[in-house]
Amino acid sequence: MTDRTKPTVEQKPSDIEVTTSSVLDVQDLSVFYGGFRAVRDVQLPIREHEITAMIGPSGCGKSTVLRCMNRMNDLIPSARVEGRVTFRGVDLYDPRVDAVEVRRRVGMVFQKPNPFPKSIYDNIVYGPKIAGVAKSEFDGIVENSLRKAALWDEVKDRLKDSALGLSGGQQQRLCIARAIATSPEVLLMDEPCSALDPIATGFIEDLMQEIKNEYTIVIVTHNMQQAARVSDTTAFFTAEVDSENDRRTGLLVEHDLTSTIFSHPSDQRTENYVTGRFG
Amino acid sequence: MATIQVDAKRHVEIGLGKKTDWAGAIFKISLIGSILFTLLILLVLLQQVATDGWSVLTTRFGDFVSGTLRSDPGEAGIKQGLQGTFWLAIITAGVAFPLGIGAAIYLEEYADRSSRVARFIDLNIRNLAGVPSVVYGILGLTIFVRALGPLTGGPTPLAAGLTLAALVLPIVIITSAEALRSTPQPLREAAIGVGATKWESIKDHILPYAAPGILTGTLLSLARAAGEAAPLLLVGAITGRLGGNYGLTDVSQVRERFTAMPIVITSWAKQPQQEFKVDNAAAAIVILILFVLLLNSVAILLRNRFERKRAG
Repeated sequence: MTDRTKPTVEQKPSDIEVTTSSVLDVQDLSVFYGGFRAVRDVQLPIREHEITAMIGPSGCGKSTVLRCMNRMNDLIPSARVEGRVTFRGVDLYDPRVDAVEVRRRVGMVFQKPNPFPKSIYDNIVYGPKIAGVAKSEFDGIVENSLRKAALWDEVKDRLKDSALGLSGGQQQRLCIARAIATSPEVLLMDEPCSALDPIATGFIEDLMQEIKNEYTIVIVTHNMQQAARVSDTTAFFTAEVDSENDRRTGLLVEHDLTSTIFSHPSDQRTENYVTGRFG
Repeated sequence: MATIQVDAKRHVEIGLGKKTDWAGAIFKISLIGSILFTLLILLVLLQQVATDGWSVLTTRFGDFVSGTLRSDPGEAGIKQGLQGTFWLAIITAGVAFPLGIGAAIYLEEYADRSSRVARFIDLNIRNLAGVPSVVYGILGLTIFVRALGPLTGGPTPLAAGLTLAALVLPIVIITSAEALRSTPQPLREAAIGVGATKWESIKDHILPYAAPGILTGTLLSLARAAGEAAPLLLVGAITGRLGGNYGLTDVSQVRERFTAMPIVITSWAKQPQQEFKVDNAAAAIVILILFVLLLNSVAILLRNRFERKRAG
């Protein structure tokens, strides 16, 4: 019994130092799909109430790493993880950890807006409902989440309408509201603006700034300007190509303050990428 | 005038002139031909049974539907056949739908699709869907009529319904699995992403999304089962007169001797009298077709309803 409640990190006192300022900490992470290594040796601490951007060319494993942070990779049967991803000091891949609970604490917003084919209201209350939140709290959760996602004024009079009737940008903000509704501590955003026009993108970027004092945000983006605009720190990933089988393995090149990454990065590969000489 | 002449041929000169696509035209015409031919066959069939059955359906429709199997063609009716088919449909649906949909959910959502066992099972289900219905009749006779006789009561609607359920099960599994497979990955991710368990995501999102496809496939397979005669003959449907007169909703008849519409039709068609083999058989066929059309319409209605729901 005592074993169950004890966080695994206590077994390794040295790790506590690393994890105190970090909500999430990715340590020596490698991800395999079947026998193929998609990502290797990633070290990436995610600091609380900051926005961490992950940038890099296609196929460099940014999304794969992101999906390890709330065990979304469990959906892919062949995926296997080595190394550790700790959340508040607890290894998320510890067999005693409940992946469903992890995803409530670490929410996710996907590349394409994916609202449920239900009403706006039902989209938001679904997470709380299955988490066992009392029905009497639903109205408050809906309003609160929609306000935080800057969508309340646009939809407050049609909460019972289908979410599929909203525009793409509104749908994505609804998805953010849906993720917020389960009161997560971390929000993972997987290229949340790649399907949106510049105006809708601007809305989402403003929104991220508004909510970052309450949540910790990790965003994967293909858009370097976006990373430079919104994030506090930036992690640059790239891919090594195995000349034998032409397969790509992603790795983290460097992680630093966003201003440093975009002005004087320490690695030549980063500089080539951010100045547009590569990719 | 001269300049206009030049302009008018300009498109030909620079290679933009219209060319006739003969191969394409022939292809299109042959496609239209195959549709027309299919429709023609169907129309001739329908017209044939409708004219043959017309006199019976118009002069004594009520008696024909409520009458029992008799030796006098002017008095014989299809009540027992309709009732048998009705109960067979209920038993078949009641057994095959939950089993088939359950198997499909397991295969699609839980089984490791790349594993050898899963692929072996998948292949065999596809093969089973192509097994002739007579073979299922023999299976039904051996298992449901004889081995499980004490339970089913021998050659009864229960045994026959179970046989037809086994017959449509592979089709139900295949169509349901295809409907489940077509559920978009983003919908699954959305559910899992807000903390749904696997079961919750299936129950709340994947099944409702796949419901129209599942329903259409399963009800169409039921319509096919309703028209099967061969397996019913093997499991002991009665071709002649039938004792006992039950109300439509009397459940006790599922453990008694029975007949069904396809059996009534085939046995009448073999009779020497013109009134039986042409008039009555055709009228019964019209009613069986109506029954099947009814099932199909229900399938379409339900599908539309669920699709509207799916659209929000």
